[in-house]
Amino acid sequence: MKPAAFAYLAPSSVEEAVDRLAEHGPDARVLAGGQSLVRLMNTRLATPSVVVDVNRIPDLDHIGADNGTVHVGAIARQRSCELAPLVRSRVPLFAEACSQVAHVSVRKRGTVVGSVAFADPCAELPAALLALDGQVVARSRAGERVIDADDFFVGPFENSLAPDEFAVELRIPVTAVERTGSAFVEVSRRHGDLPMCGASTVVQLDEDGAVANARIALCGVGQRPMRARDTEDLLLGQRPADELLAQAAELTAAATDPIGDCHASAAFRRHLARVLTRRSLQTAVARARKEDTDA
Amino acid sequence: MPDKIRISLTVNGVGHDVLVEPRMLLVDFLRDELQLTGTHAGCEQGVCGACTVLLDGETTRSCLLFAAQLDGSSVRTVESLARPDGSLHPIQRAFTENHGLQCGFCTPGMLMAACELLEHTPLPEPEDVKDALSGNLCRCTGYQNIVRSVCAAGRVLATAENGSHPASETAETTGASA
Ligand SMILES: Cc1cc2nc3c(=O)[nH]c(=O)nc-3n(C[C@H](O)[C@H](O)[C@H](O)COP(=O)(O)OP(=O)(O)OC[C@H]3O[C@@H](n4cnc5c(N)ncnc54)[C@H](O)[C@@H]3O)c2cc1C
Ligand code: FES
Ligand code: FES
Repeated sequence: MKPAAFAYLAPSSVEEAVDRLAEHGPDARVLAGGQSLVRLMNTRLATPSVVVDVNRIPDLDHIGADNGTVHVGAIARQRSCELAPLVRSRVPLFAEACSQVAHVSVRKRGTVVGSVAFADPCAELPAALLALDGQVVARSRAGERVIDADDFFVGPFENSLAPDEFAVELRIPVTAVERTGSAFVEVSRRHGDLPMCGASTVVQLDEDGAVANARIALCGVGQRPMRARDTEDLLLGQRPADELLAQAAELTAAATDPIGDCHASAAFRRHLARVLTRRSLQTAVARARKEDTDA
Repeated sequence: MPDKIRISLTVNGVGHDVLVEPRMLLVDFLRDELQLTGTHAGCEQGVCGACTVLLDGETTRSCLLFAAQLDGSSVRTVESLARPDGSLHPIQRAFTENHGLQCGFCTPGMLMAACELLEHTPLPEPEDVKDALSGNLCRCTGYQNIVRSVCAAGRVLATAENGSHPASETAETTGASA
């Protein structure tokens, strides 16, 4: 089975890309790494009549930082983010999540922004972005819009971009601050598969070792990546002893609304949510204690 | 029918200046237009790795790329491995000597992934091989002999690079923990 016919456009600037999207509206699709889109086109689950290939736009693969924020451009590859010293040192959770996406050769082509835009409820990077309070910067002819991760993910494979909007970059607040640790853990059936469940956690301790700030997001347990707000509230101001973490894991699992499919039953996904929340908390806390900065 | 796209690219060192339909996948371009049928189309949706080629030196799945995207690129396929006289590349020889293939359907993808690995990691441990080849599925061998083959090829290539003659015998006798 092969893709339906389409017109191929390769704009050489963001302005041109945005113009093409405005002209063709919902008939057009942005082509980034193609590791999800081309697969959908080959099986004709997607039949765009216009494909806007953004890979030729210069300077869109930037990975940079300023004033406590890491910026990742629309065609920065997952593999580049995983290895970039800047990402590893300032938002290690994001590098750790990237390293668990697919296989090396898929990560070399697949983009970070493409994975976020694809909004697969099981995918690692949307959950990581959500736990990190990241943002998506969208451009259209009307101008620029900055969307919080929590407002970006709408449902399975559905984001809040309008058809004429192009996500130009992600912004991720730096977590490499005092007494902060983070962890991304997942369970998948085979090495490189989408996880059945994954947990993404950032914990900051205060000077007395109690939780000053906790952010937890999960993938694979609902229609979109889930932020475990009640669990975060439970942890606040408490010492992260084993008993508290077990309670946190229980509360998180209860808040999930997983769907059973051929990869895992709903009950198994909920079980994984419990186990992985606890594991990610334990690791994040250990990392927060070990050094003054995120490890 | 949408406009065809003009691209100029190199495949295995040979330049091509051609018009392609936008929906032509790289794997189909190689097989149907250039008659380079060594690259196999398995799942045609990114899952199996049989269609793996080197694009500007890096492994990629040729079923997830449109030929139209490749203006100015350089592609290497499995046909670039053996010498013109037909003598096998050390990686190919290691696969034959270590039973790294049965039906051979996955082999072109395995060989290209191994090629990339050995360029960066000349003497890989079995774990390195497993990580580098994790995206390539094989329905026959059970993988053990593929891992063994790549480790053996690494040793042969490393010896060759040290100036000695590459051993003609790459068969592994010591098991996978090379
Ligand atoms: C074998 C295999 C295993 C995989 N395993 C995993 C896994 O374990 N975890 C995981 O998360 N993913 C996995 N994937 C998917 C892969 O990571 C994709 O790279 C990713 O989901 C999409 O990124 P992309 O750059 O390839 O986007 P594309 O496929 O190019 O695009 C995906 C979608 O996002 C839209 N889009 C892309 N960029 C933008 C933008 N800048 N603005 C607006 N819209 C945009 C496109 O129009 C399209 O709808 C796997 C894929 C394969 C082939
Ligand atoms: S044919 Fe390309 S990955 Fe299977
Ligand atoms: S040898 Fe048959 S698929 Fe690998």
